Amino acid sequence: MKTVFERTPTFKNRPTHYCPGCGHGIVHRLVAETIDELGIRGRTIGIAPVGCAVLAYDYLDVDMVEVAHGRAPAVATGMKRTNPDKIIFSYQGDGDLAAIGTGEIVHAAHRGEQITVIFINNAVFGMTGGQMAPTTILGQVTTTTQQGRQAVGDGHPLQVAELLAALPGAIYIERCSVHSPQLIRKAKKAITHAFGLQLENAQGLSLVEILSPCPTNWRMTPIKAIEWMEKEMTTVFTLGRIKG
Amino acid sequence: MCGNEALAEAAIIAGVDAYFGYPITPQNEITAYMSRRMPEQGRVFVQCESELAAINMVFGASATGKRAMTTSSSPGISLMQEGISYLAGAELPAVVVNVMRGGPGLGNIAPSQGDYFQATRGGGHGDYRTIVLGPSSVQELVDCMPLAFDLADQYRMTVLVLADGILGQMMAPVVLEKKPGRNLPAKDWALTGADAREQHIVRSLWLQDGVLEDLNYKLQKKYQQVQKNEVLCEQFAVDDAEIVVVAYGVAARIVRSAVNKARQRGIRAGWIRPLTLWPFPTEQISDAAEEFRLFLTVEMSLGQMVEDVRLAVAGRAPVVFYGRPAGGVPTVEEILEKIRQCSIPENRRLHRRLPI
Repeated sequence: MKTVFERTPTFKNRPTHYCPGCGHGIVHRLVAETIDELGIRGRTIGIAPVGCAVLAYDYLDVDMVEVAHGRAPAVATGMKRTNPDKIIFSYQGDGDLAAIGTGEIVHAAHRGEQITVIFINNAVFGMTGGQMAPTTILGQVTTTTQQGRQAVGDGHPLQVAELLAALPGAIYIERCSVHSPQLIRKAKKAITHAFGLQLENAQGLSLVEILSPCPTNWRMTPIKAIEWMEKEMTTVFTLGRIKG
Repeated sequence: MCGNEALAEAAIIAGVDAYFGYPITPQNEITAYMSRRMPEQGRVFVQCESELAAINMVFGASATGKRAMTTSSSPGISLMQEGISYLAGAELPAVVVNVMRGGPGLGNIAPSQGDYFQATRGGGHGDYRTIVLGPSSVQELVDCMPLAFDLADQYRMTVLVLADGILGQMMAPVVLEKKPGRNLPAKDWALTGADAREQHIVRSLWLQDGVLEDLNYKLQKKYQQVQKNEVLCEQFAVDDAEIVVVAYGVAARIVRSAVNKARQRGIRAGWIRPLTLWPFPTEQISDAAEEFRLFLTVEMSLGQMVEDVRLAVAGRAPVVFYGRPAGGVPTVEEILEKIRQCSIPENRRLHRRLPI
């Protein structure tokens, strides 16, 4: 019998702590598969964020560090500059990267750090219970925008990928999603490309933004969450390669 | 060389792999020097976007087992406190130099010792300690650098070197030489890529019941070892002294001259100078308090280290304070006058009843 799918070794065999319908597990698997396919487990160091994915090292069987909220790109800089032969990636959510960590990501991209950033956009602060994130879309109800996000006062959703694409130091930016099998395959390709650039010693930062469902904090069933992503979220956050 | 350049070169000799800095006066000579010298040596220099980034770059480099340092001055060190707390939680070695300036707030760029509390109490959150060195000359600043890196690596702690604007800017001849360091434990915890080995994780989040409590007990044991083994202090003429002046850093140099003058005038004065501010030389000061003496603490602040002196003396002797804040540097004459006042028997009795 032919094996058509199996768990990749760098993706640990353990029960998940993520909620039903969450996208983190899918993205973790894509990262693990990429690391195994490129054969870089022994030279990869990952950075876990503050947020639901803080325990990423429980799933990804590579050397990993857990850092302060938003500071991953600075930590990655310290690692890559002192270890140019290593493959350094950060895995950050939208509270982490797009709110408290905007200074660090902008300047890591600005300096053209040779790191790979996996940026999870689920339009909400997950672990703290569903507050407005910079990426929350207009009208979206969260625990801190109970009447829906308003442009006046709350601001428009922050378009991180487009913002960073303006910087010469960012060499590859793509926005993907994991709300359908086709899109998951595209996301895998983007992640592989981003890691590949680092392997080729390409001079700059690569970032893959991944739209990811958070049914728990969106107060939706997993099916409804996917429909909402298709109808609402992807109209605000356009999918596709933005740079590079 | 000025103190700032001298400490930078000393760090290079001590084997610093990476330096991360952000401009702030009065320590800009360090970043300028490192920007030239580190690349010359094939090592890492990054001018960061903020002190927050600088300390986190130190965190990243240190997590991979490299010797990393940053330097700043008071307001910048405040920004680094988050990172220093995370370094403590993750048990990563780091060396941080604070060339102190006047505060609070933006304050001024004049020399100060106003950051003693922040340095010795831990300005960040959580139950942690940092080792704090308070050198009093440019040569001692130079000698502190290899010690700081060794202590950081041995105990997996942050070592703060507390200098000030005077030490940083002062020109002095120095001896820069590589001395044999300590035998240090292998960094078998470092993130170097899980090549044919199990995954390494560097973390500070421990959610399971009791695990964080255990980690804190483990840290505490380590801190007790540091307190037992690493106290450094210097004493002068304490044995027959009626008045013991306690001071550190640049203030201790001024105290030294004042005490010499007091001796010439027949006042039996001596001094104790802590080099490690944490661990504090509690035992040495406590021993001195066994005899009836008066302690005078002199600082370039309005009284921070004096609290540690009082804890060590534990009410057994009067503890008097003299200091000037935020750029005010006590003069030899001012300290001498304070010593003279303290030497008057009536005043000493007064101090005994009313600790000032």
